[in-house]
Amino acid sequence: MTQDKIYQTLETIISTYLPEDVSNKTITLQSNLTSELNINSSHLVDIVLDIEDAFDIAFSNDDMQSIQTVGDVIQLIESKTT
Amino acid sequence: MNTQSTNIRVVVTGLGVVAPNGVGLKAFSNAIQKGVSGIRFFKELQALNFSCQIGGMPEVSKELKNNYFTELELKNFNSTGILYAVIAGMDAWKDAGLNCKPTAVDFASGTVFGSGNLGVDKFRESILNIDAGRVRRLGSTSVQQTMSSGASAYLSGKLGLGNLVTSNSSACATGTEALILAYERIKAGKATRMLAGSTSDGGPYVWGGFDALRILPYNFNERPEKASQPMSASASGFVPGCGAGALVLETLESALERKAPIYAEIAGVALNSGGQQNGGSMTAPNPEAVQKCIKEALNDAQITGKEIDAINGHLTATTKDAEEVLNWSVALNRTGANFPYINSLKGMTGHCLSASGSIEAVATVLQMKEGFVFPNINCEKIHPEILKIVAADCVPRKLVKQPLRYAIKASFGFGDVNACIIFKQKNNDPR
Repeated sequence: MTQDKIYQTLETIISTYLPEDVSNKTITLQSNLTSELNINSSHLVDIVLDIEDAFDIAFSNDDMQSIQTVGDVIQLIESKTT
Repeated sequence: MNTQSTNIRVVVTGLGVVAPNGVGLKAFSNAIQKGVSGIRFFKELQALNFSCQIGGMPEVSKELKNNYFTELELKNFNSTGILYAVIAGMDAWKDAGLNCKPTAVDFASGTVFGSGNLGVDKFRESILNIDAGRVRRLGSTSVQQTMSSGASAYLSGKLGLGNLVTSNSSACATGTEALILAYERIKAGKATRMLAGSTSDGGPYVWGGFDALRILPYNFNERPEKASQPMSASASGFVPGCGAGALVLETLESALERKAPIYAEIAGVALNSGGQQNGGSMTAPNPEAVQKCIKEALNDAQITGKEIDAINGHLTATTKDAEEVLNWSVALNRTGANFPYINSLKGMTGHCLSASGSIEAVATVLQMKEGFVFPNINCEKIHPEILKIVAADCVPRKLVKQPLRYAIKASFGFGDVNACIIFKQKNNDPR
């Protein structure tokens, strides 16, 4: 799967959890999910579940600990889908 | 204990309700005056081999939900008790002229919003996942949707409440108890304003235990709206229900200052338990305690029984109804044609369990505000034991238009717990 394709799917998933005052246009590869996009940290759990469903993969507890930015998530997805 | 030891007066300034026979104040007021039943047949209960396949459940559309919750909040949301509570609570807040879109915490306002059990469908969903070894798939909201303080937690966030935020639980007395606890908080000078209410989930996982107790009517699955018959000679058990009711209570001073609508004043309250002695048990009330609770509320309001114009009873449509009427008669010291009007909402809504007290309190306050006594439906023939105590005219079967100066409401719950509240008409309403 191309990075572009992964990014598109991921952007849709992340947009669901953005606070009302954060536009999905602000999402970049460098965006920190909690400190910059202001996503409630408990929703990271839901984002991971949505990703698992969308890409048919599973994240370990360690995987979840390593997630900070949008780019981190894409790398993880890439490593599990190739 | 007398709560009148402080000079603080407490009034009702807002109402909200999500009832089986009406969602929203206007629909509910219209339904109770016309005697509209909200009891329906549920295919799901039939498929699950319930004896009683009917119940009272509010109908909440997707559009209505979207007025109270964000799309994100509704993702994986499966707690009807919280749904009902948020709608009723926010409606009451708005009805009181208060801000439903806070930008700062309000430390003067709090909530007591009770429940019997909460988020039962969400809990079931979680249990099924856990038992399948999929605990990590529960998602982030399984705790908040199933904790018994879920209703008050959701409401405090939506309304920015910064005073006491809690949820009480005392079975079918929960709603009336919530009002009393909120009232006492204000009366003690510890809050200016409290959102008081209660909620109950419905459906098979809440109602099943009552079906198993064989205390629900099983011969009315083809004519659900006739099944709930409080005070009737042919009463054959209570119809299970669910929903939520909410009342904004605040100091008279605050209500006048902000020119809020005033529905009624709380004149007196009482809470007690029969200790499961003297005929009382886990499931039946000790009559001595019921009478004592009513008398204490009168004493707290500094009035006598003869000043009561209307009783809104607990009256669930079981064999205990006659006993309850006798308890009212002894406690108020009134009989025959001298007895006040008495009615039960459960004929129309069924028994909304932990939500019953607050939904019925909303009905009682509406009666007082608009000057009527709603009819007892499905009570064509009053139970003969009740007619030995009170005259038939005291059990209205048609809408009675009459101003009410004092109305009294009581709720009784499993565990032999009792709650009683007296509302007083408030005349200097600026609205």
